[in-house]
Amino acid sequence: MTANVPVATESMRRRTRFFMIGALLVAGIAFAVIATSGINKNIIYYWTPKDLHSAGNKAYGATIRLGGMVVPGSVHTEQGSHLEFDVKDSSDIVHVKSSGAPPQMFRENVGVVVEGTMVPGGYFKSDRLMVSHNNEYRAPKKGHPVDRKELERMMKSTEGLKD
Amino acid sequence: MTATLGRFLILASVLVSTGGAVIGFYAGRSHSPGGLRLAQRFAYAYTVLMLAATGVMEYALLTHDFSVSYVAHVGSRSTPVWVTVASLWSSLEGSILFWGCILGIYIAVATFLTRNTHREYMPDAIGVWLSCAAFFSFLIAAPANPFLSVAPVADGPGPNALLQNHILMVVHPPFLYLGYVGMTIPFGLACAALIRGRLGHSFVKPLRAALLLPWVFLTIAIMLGGWWAYEVLGWGGYWAWDPVENASLLPWLTATAALHSIVVLERRGVLKGWTITLIQSTFLLTILGTFMTRSGVFNSVHSFTQSAIGPTILVFLAAAIVFSVALLALRIDRLEAEGNFDSAVSREGMFLFNNLLFVVLTFTILIGTVFPLIVEAVKGRQMSVGRPYFDSMVVPIGALLLFLLGVGPALPWGRASASQIKRALLPPIAGAAVLFLLGFAFGARNPWTLITLAFGGYALQVTISHLRSPIMQLRRARRRFAGYIVHAAVIVVFVTIGISSTMRYTQEVHLTKGGVANVGAYSITLLGVEERQEPNRTSTLARFAVAKNGVQKTTLEPRMNQYLMMREPIGTPDVYSTIGGDFYLSVMNIDPAAQSVAVNAIITPFVGWIWIAVIVMGLGGLMALIPQRVGELRTGAEPAASDLAVGPTLGGEA
Repeated sequence: MTANVPVATESMRRRTRFFMIGALLVAGIAFAVIATSGINKNIIYYWTPKDLHSAGNKAYGATIRLGGMVVPGSVHTEQGSHLEFDVKDSSDIVHVKSSGAPPQMFRENVGVVVEGTMVPGGYFKSDRLMVSHNNEYRAPKKGHPVDRKELERMMKSTEGLKD
Repeated sequence: MTATLGRFLILASVLVSTGGAVIGFYAGRSHSPGGLRLAQRFAYAYTVLMLAATGVMEYALLTHDFSVSYVAHVGSRSTPVWVTVASLWSSLEGSILFWGCILGIYIAVATFLTRNTHREYMPDAIGVWLSCAAFFSFLIAAPANPFLSVAPVADGPGPNALLQNHILMVVHPPFLYLGYVGMTIPFGLACAALIRGRLGHSFVKPLRAALLLPWVFLTIAIMLGGWWAYEVLGWGGYWAWDPVENASLLPWLTATAALHSIVVLERRGVLKGWTITLIQSTFLLTILGTFMTRSGVFNSVHSFTQSAIGPTILVFLAAAIVFSVALLALRIDRLEAEGNFDSAVSREGMFLFNNLLFVVLTFTILIGTVFPLIVEAVKGRQMSVGRPYFDSMVVPIGALLLFLLGVGPALPWGRASASQIKRALLPPIAGAAVLFLLGFAFGARNPWTLITLAFGGYALQVTISHLRSPIMQLRRARRRFAGYIVHAAVIVVFVTIGISSTMRYTQEVHLTKGGVANVGAYSITLLGVEERQEPNRTSTLARFAVAKNGVQKTTLEPRMNQYLMMREPIGTPDVYSTIGGDFYLSVMNIDPAAQSVAVNAIITPFVGWIWIAVIVMGLGGLMALIPQRVGELRTGAEPAASDLAVGPTLGGEA
């Protein structure tokens, strides 16, 4: 743009460059601010029932992927599509209401991951339910306790979660 | 025996690639023609060794030689032959071997094609390629060795059931590897240019070709991955901003940016350092992607088991970053620009803007993808970044890119007067209006969908007007024609993603045998639930008669597959595809005794167009690869007064 101007070409070019770098810097900072606030608003926490209880009020409204075991005798189905059950870890229990039909492998004593949030009624409202899924081999014993590592692995996975 | 042979071949490949790399760099330093020839021979030898090792592994897989550790890990006598062949890339160790094999093929082809040309750069390029090869050979030799000798077992478990479940598993990984691994070649060329401190005009062509070919493969691979997710995972979508999906998209974005900046480089002789930076970033992002998908930091079908490979790849990534940055810092000021920019409101100005957006997009996705990793490493807490972050950030940037895809090609190169600019930019508004109103008439109400339609219509009119002119002189302007073919396909992809993601209809259906349910314009009848035995699995499937507007269309059989050696069954959806959209059924639970089933029924408009349009993108890319005759590609600025209507003489491709 400045090529045709005969005087002070070098200093003008330098000034243009200075201005360009300044503009890029401002744009970069603005972008960083927007991106971090976007991330902060959309974090999904991976929690066990114990983590959820110790988080207190923070659990209300936050997106949580809750992993634990389905408590025997706690499963209730309403009208074939609404599901209620309790999820527990070694110390705590959370009551879960889930929308949608239960997946094929859903049953008592199985490891599950539910995605949703705590609601004012004091229960966990979920619209995604995934049954602990071992990609490796058939388990040696039936009814063996849920592998915590496996639950953690599953909480990290989005594949297989329905949208 | 087989295992020993395999180990020997891999060890030899470590020695050959390391030796070849040293010879290459030495020959580059000493300008010795004999050194270059020797480095070339080492490159070929590396390829032969990798091909042989891969052949040995396939032989072991096909003959069910369970004394080889990898075969004992993923082989099975009950799987069909296509699964056995594809088992090579179904688990960690084999997939790294497959990587080495493809790298070998790329290196041999690239070495052969440049055997008598670009002697100034090639020794260092071969040095860089073989250094990468040495690293992967080391991975195969030590932390991810598939050729360990084990006590033979009678039968193995077979590969991951999710991977056995669909034929796309055979196609998607090779394409992804061809895309990922292929980025090593332009990386080597770019580093060689930096080492020499020169990027001559004649070297731009091989650089562009080396980038374009893996770009084509990567483009197709990303689509195949989405298609596979759609056909297999059963949630009815094709993209979830999953870390493994992002890992494949990130290098694609920087490679696409580089393919655009190369056009400006070729024409104007500027953006040398910038283009090289983009090419280096592309390679580094493929290594980062390999780390994320292969080390088990994210759980997915791609992360097989926790292994020692993660830290090793991380070390390589760090070394590659240090090497690239140091090289850039030392040499970038030696790359002299041969021209300059005249005006911001011009074709080249839009190219710059395009590059800026691609980089911002890359950072946006990169931050969202690695953020959970950093939090876990620093604070030890587990979390992920949800889909809304990606959607809210990527959609506006994507819309801007789509807008540029119309504005950029409409503008002339160099300086133009205000009236010329007006004449160029105003007419396509008609196209924008047409698509916008069409979408509105068919019920599109989401603002971003409508914006996408408007920008898409604008870009489509510009693209078609460009396509119309060079079709008359295809032999002269093939590259440009190919570029606009790709653009047209990209517009279709954008528009169909916009429509299919916002105008989807989902309904949960519970039926017992003989029951009928209405889903939108469709009605489904459950004909029955049955079990089917196959050698490697048992399928429980629900047979549905599908009718649309009262007319019987097809039968769909969504199912649950129980694989022999797996604990849990895996659902497989079934799809009825039409030009206007897909009708998709996915089993949630199924009971053969009660003859009852719960399915998710999903109607997605136009979704199939995405796969087709991306294949067209790939074909367009291939077409742009075919070399043009010398002298056809003229460079330099067009006279500023050239008439905008005479598109073909403007040259340049996108």
